[in-house]
Amino acid sequence: MRIVTVRRLSQVFFLAVFLWFCITATLGTAWWRWRGWPVNWLLDLDPLTALSTVLATGTLYATLLWALVTIILTLFVGRFFCGFACPLGTLNQFTGWLARRGLDPDGRVEANRYRRAQNLKYYLLVGLVALALTGSVQTGIFDPLPLLHRSVNLALAPLADNHLGLLHDEPRAYASAWLLGVVFLTLVGLNLVWPRFFCRFACPLGALFGLLSRLAPWRIGKTADTCGDCRICELYCEGACRPSGTFIAGECVLCMNCLDRCPAGRVTFAGQASAAGEVGLPDLSRRGLILAGGGLLLASMWGVGALAGAARDPRLLRPPGALDEERFLAHCIRCGQCMRICPTNILQPALFEAGVQGLWTPAVNFHISRGGCLLNCIACGQICPTAAIRPLSLEEKQGVGAFADQGPIRLGTAFVDRNRCLPWAMDRPCLVCQEVCPVSPKAIFTRTVFQTLRDGQALPAKAQGAEVDLNTAFATTANLASGDYYLQPTGQSEAARRRITGWAGARLTLERPLAAEDLQAAGARVDIVVRLQRPFLDAARCIGCGMCEHECPVSGRRAIRVYSENESRSRPGRLLI
Amino acid sequence: VTRPTDADRLSPAELSRRDFLKRLGYASAVALAASGLGLVLYDPKGPAPVEARKALTGLGDYRVAAPALGGGKLAIVRGTERAVMVEQGVKALGGMEAFIRRGDRVLVKVNAAFASPPALGATTHPEVLAAVAGLCLKAGAAQVLVTDNPINNPESCFAISGLADAAQTAGARILTPSPAFFTPVSLPGGKLIRNWPVMAGVFQGVTKVIVLSPVKDHRRAGASMTLKNFYGFLGGRRNVFHQDINGIITELSQLLKPTLCVLDGTLSMVTNGPTGGSLSDLKDTGTMVISTDPVAADAVGVELLGRSLADVPYLRMAEQAGAGLADYHRLHPVLLNTKA
Repeated sequence: MRIVTVRRLSQVFFLAVFLWFCITATLGTAWWRWRGWPVNWLLDLDPLTALSTVLATGTLYATLLWALVTIILTLFVGRFFCGFACPLGTLNQFTGWLARRGLDPDGRVEANRYRRAQNLKYYLLVGLVALALTGSVQTGIFDPLPLLHRSVNLALAPLADNHLGLLHDEPRAYASAWLLGVVFLTLVGLNLVWPRFFCRFACPLGALFGLLSRLAPWRIGKTADTCGDCRICELYCEGACRPSGTFIAGECVLCMNCLDRCPAGRVTFAGQASAAGEVGLPDLSRRGLILAGGGLLLASMWGVGALAGAARDPRLLRPPGALDEERFLAHCIRCGQCMRICPTNILQPALFEAGVQGLWTPAVNFHISRGGCLLNCIACGQICPTAAIRPLSLEEKQGVGAFADQGPIRLGTAFVDRNRCLPWAMDRPCLVCQEVCPVSPKAIFTRTVFQTLRDGQALPAKAQGAEVDLNTAFATTANLASGDYYLQPTGQSEAARRRITGWAGARLTLERPLAAEDLQAAGARVDIVVRLQRPFLDAARCIGCGMCEHECPVSGRRAIRVYSENESRSRPGRLLI
Repeated sequence: VTRPTDADRLSPAELSRRDFLKRLGYASAVALAASGLGLVLYDPKGPAPVEARKALTGLGDYRVAAPALGGGKLAIVRGTERAVMVEQGVKALGGMEAFIRRGDRVLVKVNAAFASPPALGATTHPEVLAAVAGLCLKAGAAQVLVTDNPINNPESCFAISGLADAAQTAGARILTPSPAFFTPVSLPGGKLIRNWPVMAGVFQGVTKVIVLSPVKDHRRAGASMTLKNFYGFLGGRRNVFHQDINGIITELSQLLKPTLCVLDGTLSMVTNGPTGGSLSDLKDTGTMVISTDPVAADAVGVELLGRSLADVPYLRMAEQAGAGLADYHRLHPVLLNTKA
């Protein structure tokens, strides 16, 4: 079998694996849903994720150990991952090939010429590594694997959900999905300018592989310095690594096209330098490195803004089990796996809620979502490839069993907005928030008041048994016979109050007749009162799950909202002692 | 003359073979190193919920001789001149030499909570600081440090309260709180001070601690005097502890056992405390309290405010916790009058 056929099969395999894991990274009862599938495998193989989190945290988390496999292979044979495995590389190669079919050979050779701008990716890598050293992991923004996972998870797969109902019956919503789409389509579209545009110019993972392949004993090369001027190898070269001349080993993505296409069979993959000469890496200019340093200086000013500390947006909630903000930003690679797996769709890619530093990190939103954070769900922490969200057990999340001492994991605390709440501000019974509060005993409790309705005070009334006639029909859009409304002789005690059970025009029917002496004492005047159960919050019991906020019928700015106070992950946010 | 190089001696094929073996060796070495590092850093469990830092159990006991309960010393000095009252009171307890040994490094905890001028009585009066620092240095102290973690920004507080000037004149050094000074403390048996940031860094090398406090009205706590002044050792969002003000002050009484307490009731802030803001909030109570027992000192202060122990529950609670005696008469206080 030809080596390019092997390469193509391998590319198809990895792309298929990637797509399959995207499908299975959903919750449900069907066999193809997530049940032990190693859905993070490609992210685990990514040494840039391993490197940046190691630099930022000093530890190599669990399955990220897979990165060693990639690292070791790259050390010996070069950037095989780019040519044989990377699903984004495959996508880039495919679109580049599609765009250039039938183009004239000179144009194609020109498109595959080595360009100095290919150094950009090394500067980007230097900047990202330096940032990781300062504790801010930003690799995921540019790293092709998190990038592709994020794009598919949050922009492309939801299209399939929402229009074809393929993976979810209900639509999935992701904030600013269009922006993720713009980024993804731009990356793919740039292949129309030059093939493998992202791989050659921007990919920091490719740059890392380039550095790792510096010492690779086996590499592409020519067996003889001289050859004709056919340049067929460069017609098909994916890495723009100059196989016909002085070969740039660090830029070669091992597409093997030169080896396959050379009419004289002069290209080999062997344990020796190209007869036409080779360099390990392109010349990295001092100017570029200074530029990377400048970018780092700028990025270090994020901390001055204190967005992870004192200036934190109190509406920024993180998934259950998330580390404190500082450590969170040292772990999260913005792959979007948590946002995809979350069954209630509460996890959203942050745009600026978490500051520039927190771009596309998961932030909780109870409005876009299909509900609150489920008491019996720990999916996000179980899928998180870097433990930015700790892999909680149900016991730990609920604060039972061995975790009874520390209590449940709290995302924040709900606050009742009395100016917007129906029973607090509008004389309407409601209490949805208390109904859906999932903790036991409930965090939302009530205090009952009887409130005289607007224009419902001291109305002249005549009683006949359980029926009371007002002078005129009482004008209200509320249903006075709903059981929440009462008649009370004006100025008389609670004991004189009677529930209204029927209502027709000016006639009201009561549960029991009014006491004659009460009505007489009131000067034959009555008040129409409503019984309101007003919600109060027991902050010691609230876990900030947001069920109340999601279900609150005040549909715009909810009348009960969860803020980050008292969240488990941050000590400074502690509310109760 | 140039020495012959490998290239001159070896055939191209041999060179290439050498290069290959060298690369193989290097790549293997890097692979081994990477694997080793990976295994060393390998963390199958993942990060802890809260970053673990070793917590201290308190700030220490700085009493000259840890006395049995009721063994404290107390002087109550009437007068108007703070420096004179401090000097006389300390003298009555055996002089500063009874507390400060040659070479001692003394930490003076002032109340510098607000950026408020000394005349308004919201902060430790600079004359008290000057007098105490002077006595310490005279007694042979190697260094006098002055500190607080105030409510307003530290630089403004120390400058406007006059404490910075007083310290400089007396030869003492101000330590304003920097993040590096704060270390978590878990008080044994404490319910509130658990893994909480406390300004322990300023205690580096300190051998004696003197607390200088004004007498002030405080709506939530009943009164702010010596023990409430300890609040200024806490860091973090410490105001959550106001939910249990008596509980936190009682725990603070266990956090630290000072060498000496000076409670300044020359003028007491009787209304609008603890910020004050008007001369009319102050009352001439003409008293300086010098004591080794913070609870006893505060019990005197309560009377200056015209209040009783029942108005300030934390004093009885601190007494029960062993911090001192609320019935200060049992210490047989020395009574002095410097006015005569």
